[in-house]
Amino acid sequence: MSMTVGLYRPGDTVLHRLPVGAKLLGLAVISIAIVALRGPILAVGFLVLAVVLALIGRLDLAATARALRAVLVIAVVVALLQWWLFSLPRAVESLLDLVSLALVALTLTVTTPTTETLDAVVRWIRPLRRIGIDPERVALTIAMAIQALPGTLTLAQETRDAARARGLARSPRAYLTPFVIRVVARAHETGDSLKARGLGD
Amino acid sequence: MPEIRFEAAEVRVESPDVGGSRTILQPTTLSLTEQRIGIVGSNGSGKSTLARLINGLVLPSAGRVTVEGLDVARQGAAVRRRVGFTFTDPAAQLVMPTCVEDVELSLRRTVKDRVRRKQVALETLARFGLAERAEVSVHTLSGGQRQLLALAGVLATSPDVLVTDEPTTLLDLRNTRMVGDLLFSLPQQLVLVTHDLDLVRRCDRVLVVEDGRVSYDGDADAAVAHYVQAVSAG
Repeated sequence: MSMTVGLYRPGDTVLHRLPVGAKLLGLAVISIAIVALRGPILAVGFLVLAVVLALIGRLDLAATARALRAVLVIAVVVALLQWWLFSLPRAVESLLDLVSLALVALTLTVTTPTTETLDAVVRWIRPLRRIGIDPERVALTIAMAIQALPGTLTLAQETRDAARARGLARSPRAYLTPFVIRVVARAHETGDSLKARGLGD
Repeated sequence: MPEIRFEAAEVRVESPDVGGSRTILQPTTLSLTEQRIGIVGSNGSGKSTLARLINGLVLPSAGRVTVEGLDVARQGAAVRRRVGFTFTDPAAQLVMPTCVEDVELSLRRTVKDRVRRKQVALETLARFGLAERAEVSVHTLSGGQRQLLALAGVLATSPDVLVTDEPTTLLDLRNTRMVGDLLFSLPQQLVLVTHDLDLVRRCDRVLVVEDGRVSYDGDADAAVAHYVQAVSAG
């Protein structure tokens, strides 16, 4: 999977120019609608809407396909479960809904710089400073959550390569244990680096 | 140059295997005022601990450390505004998706206007030869570029002191030279922790750290000779 999953790509589309607040509100409304409104026909409609938004934002087709691959695997597993437990239409609906949600979220991150999201969150939650909440810290947490995905994927790839090099490609233990340890270690290092940059002060 | 003072600064950590605490830095008293200070020592000798005390990443268990009169334990935030720090592996230090955003993150505290902040970040990247990489993912950079970006992110806020922990350990020869030349061209006070003896020879003063104590403190050539002899003696 790409190390640039969901990374902002500069551009001059309508979605790039739209204020971050409008985009986040739009994402919230579409996400709620996808979850709340049921039926396979509506699910197809939401997928079409998500594709149209991705086209407007001029998302790179190959990068989008790579980013959606992991979501697709999960969506297929969920759909198979739904088919087994309920019905085929319900399974199709789940599959399409999950892909639509991922595509809409991806369109937002690809057309919005993380710093813009960070600034907007700081602005919105500034009143909470009165009750002891630091807006910069909350915004930084959100930005880091967005950024964590490609970093974690890099660690996953390195750990998988290390397991392969030792002839343990098929051993989940040889992969998962060091992977979890490395993710926790990286979290500590990142905490140290944020402190060193004075961002936790 | 700013004065970095260690007053009987000692670091102990809890160590279950010895059933109590273990001293990783013996009580150390130093006054560092030179522009370029090198710290060398074997792995696990305590040299990174000594460096981390300077901006409060590690706090002394006893004694105190001050930078320009500010106590790192009591005035940590003020110290960190004056002391920048970079790590061996810059990947841990780069926390935003793109190069320009990572530098912008450092500037959030000092430059409130968003447009101005981006402009300063772009200017900083240009100074470090990364102007063309401004909008690319930090994960696609080479090792040398990542280290340069980590330095750019720290130096964007113009600290008085830069502490850098093994900045060239993960780099090839070309990038080692590039980062080394950059470090020694900075106007800031530089505290350089390294295994690279060529870099250390360029320092005004060098501390050799062995077994949690400063075993030698003097000019670069004599310090390197002492260190090499100590390593050879086993």
